[in-house]
Amino acid sequence: MRLIVENLACRRSGRRIFSRLSFSLGPGEAMMITGRNGAGKSSLLTLLSGRLKPDAGTIRAEGIGEATLPERLHVVGHRDGLKSALTASENLEFARDLLGHPAASPKAALEALGLPHVARLPVGYLSAGQRRRVALARLLVCRRPLWLLDEPTAALDLASQGVLAAMMGRHRAEGGLVVAATHQALGLEDASELRIEPPPPEEAVTAEEWA
Amino acid sequence: MMRAFSALLARDLKLAARVGGSGALSLVFFLMIVVLVPFALGPDLNLLSRIGPAILWLSAVLATLIGLDRLFQSDEEDGSLDLMTGAAVPLEVVVLAKVLASWLTTGLPLALASPLFGLLVALSPKAMAATALTLALGTPALSFIGAVGAALTATIRRGGLILAIIVLPLMIPTLIFGVSAAEAALGGTVPFTTPLTVLAALSLIAAVVGTLAAAAALRWSE
Repeated sequence: MRLIVENLACRRSGRRIFSRLSFSLGPGEAMMITGRNGAGKSSLLTLLSGRLKPDAGTIRAEGIGEATLPERLHVVGHRDGLKSALTASENLEFARDLLGHPAASPKAALEALGLPHVARLPVGYLSAGQRRRVALARLLVCRRPLWLLDEPTAALDLASQGVLAAMMGRHRAEGGLVVAATHQALGLEDASELRIEPPPPEEAVTAEEWA
Repeated sequence: MMRAFSALLARDLKLAARVGGSGALSLVFFLMIVVLVPFALGPDLNLLSRIGPAILWLSAVLATLIGLDRLFQSDEEDGSLDLMTGAAVPLEVVVLAKVLASWLTTGLPLALASPLFGLLVALSPKAMAATALTLALGTPALSFIGAVGAALTATIRRGGLILAIIVLPLMIPTLIFGVSAAEAALGGTVPFTTPLTVLAALSLIAAVVGTLAAAAALRWSE
């Protein structure tokens, strides 16, 4: 698939976060989103995932047939989407049945992340890094071409960061796309970088415009 | 589509069984109101058995509100809702599965337990059966109406109060027809089936409107 973003602008609670963002990603390409805290990295990922409406501009995807873009992407963000009372493999089985296009089995996905021993443990017992790895294992249980990762290395140890880099490499070799918001090098080779700059100061908003 | 539906239903039932939480709490709340009313009214058995169906229905409406605010909020907080919006099925199917699971863990146990609680308000066996039947038919309407409020308040941290204010007025028609059906079974000018079919119709309407409205509210939440 190909992801095309044109002239994207984002506004939250009336405040302009960024504007005039344009980029396009083809099969096997990766992009790192960088910028200061509060620049709108997570907002951009939320826009791409379809949970937020853009203020202006368009987000298109080519080559996904009749599916919509939210049905063809994976999101791993700060909120990991795991239920504390369910075990790691129950969480992954649920994600596989909900999202469709099953790929690896939950057991195999947990093994790939180095967590075979937690499969039967409730996720609530796991550490922050282990939870993050269970959330990343979701990327392997369903096949979806676009991965949106928000600070994927947060709470991960060095070995797991290497595993994640290898996962992203394999995904790109199979024609997948990766968009990651990050402050660190992720081991993404020849990834393009999109730096979100603060928007130009807005002309003073008058009361008439708000009315 | 069925696979995602049954996965959601199974997950919510499993969570309800493991966390304990709202299902058992609303049943206990139901019991508390029904137990307290005879103490407040005094030991007048005729009075109690006359207003018994109304007490049971009133308690059921209030008990449904318990835990309703967590219906979508818990999924919104941990990011599961983001997962569900990216599911291969429409959000309406997600809402339908979640509300069905919520009814199976709150509404249905209330209906099943109501004959037992009817003993406390001196109901005759016929009135117990009628009240249980009306609750079984009417509580789906309460769950679906509540789902709309729960979806609207999913992103509000302390949404319980505003949720009750939004949904209680909408539950009044169900309450009226539920009580009048239960009382029609005990005699009166109206045949039992008339208010009962209206009650069933209210549940069906709420199932359609509630599902669509809750899904729209979840989409629009940002």
